[in-house]
Amino acid sequence: MKNQLTVILAILLFFGTAGFSFAVKPGEQLSDPKLEQRARTISKGLRCVVCQNQSIDDSDAELAGDMRKLVRERILAGDSDQQVKDFMVERYGNFVLMKPPLAVNTLGLWLSPVLFILIGVGLFWHVSRRKPQTKKPIDTDETEHRLEEVLNKMKKN
Amino acid sequence: MKIQPIKFLPVIILLGIGIAFAFGLRNDPSKLASTMINKPWPDFTLERVIADQPAFSREDLHGKISLVNVFGSWCAACVQEHPMLMRLANREGVIIYGIDWRDTAEAGSAWLEKYGNPYRKVGLDANSRLAIDLGVTGAPETFLVDKNAQIRFKVVGPIDEKIWTEQLKPMIQLLQNET
Repeated sequence: MKNQLTVILAILLFFGTAGFSFAVKPGEQLSDPKLEQRARTISKGLRCVVCQNQSIDDSDAELAGDMRKLVRERILAGDSDQQVKDFMVERYGNFVLMKPPLAVNTLGLWLSPVLFILIGVGLFWHVSRRKPQTKKPIDTDETEHRLEEVLNKMKKN
Repeated sequence: MKIQPIKFLPVIILLGIGIAFAFGLRNDPSKLASTMINKPWPDFTLERVIADQPAFSREDLHGKISLVNVFGSWCAACVQEHPMLMRLANREGVIIYGIDWRDTAEAGSAWLEKYGNPYRKVGLDANSRLAIDLGVTGAPETFLVDKNAQIRFKVVGPIDEKIWTEQLKPMIQLLQNET
């Protein structure tokens, strides 16, 4: 029991640290914790243009490091969060934002989940509306008539 | 048997996704559309790379059509591109400036010593300040700059024969007719 607990604790500790990992070097951090927190939040929303599935907060790429420093410089210069983001968008386009803004060319991206949900609901409605097929009572006259036809054919052969 | 169109929906959706992938996967994600085209070249100050030559500055861009090439001594694709730049500078009469990106002056100048120097002037951008202003994502990248120091075109990756003859050369000829 005690051993099991230790193992579970070790696993939790191991994976728990993953959430805390970031690429910010100690020397990069701002001395004001409030400003540093703002820098971290902005950095998490900016894409590293070298390794495109990471934010610059996560990325160890050198360019990401330079971009983090620039984010902190802009904050120290008195920029608002939005101004810092705009600064990067002006240079790298909307792609630099981890969360793309709603625009004409991103409309498909934002609306497709809604579209797929609608298709799903439509299909569900269509299927569930269908009545279970009730079997028709056998029409004896017709059956006999068809049987006769078949028998006649066989006789001819 | 009655054909129910709804039964073909999964096939149609799958086909749609397939077509979207066929086109989407051909795009190279490292080639971002530049937002800097038709914008004036940003202000900058760079440090010297070559000790006895002043650093590349914004004034150098005025009044002539030039290429500005982002390189670094650490960059393998730049070595591959280099003979092309040497040819453009020496035989095609193209004015090329160099941004030595994320490098040191010592390593940069040694690299130019080793492979030859196609640049009229070079500047050191050790902390990516100008590179970020230009929206650079990697090296080499080359900007075509017009007489009014406006960025008109950008090549991501090495310039090869095809890019030169089909894109850069005709564009430079067009720009020469502009005032």
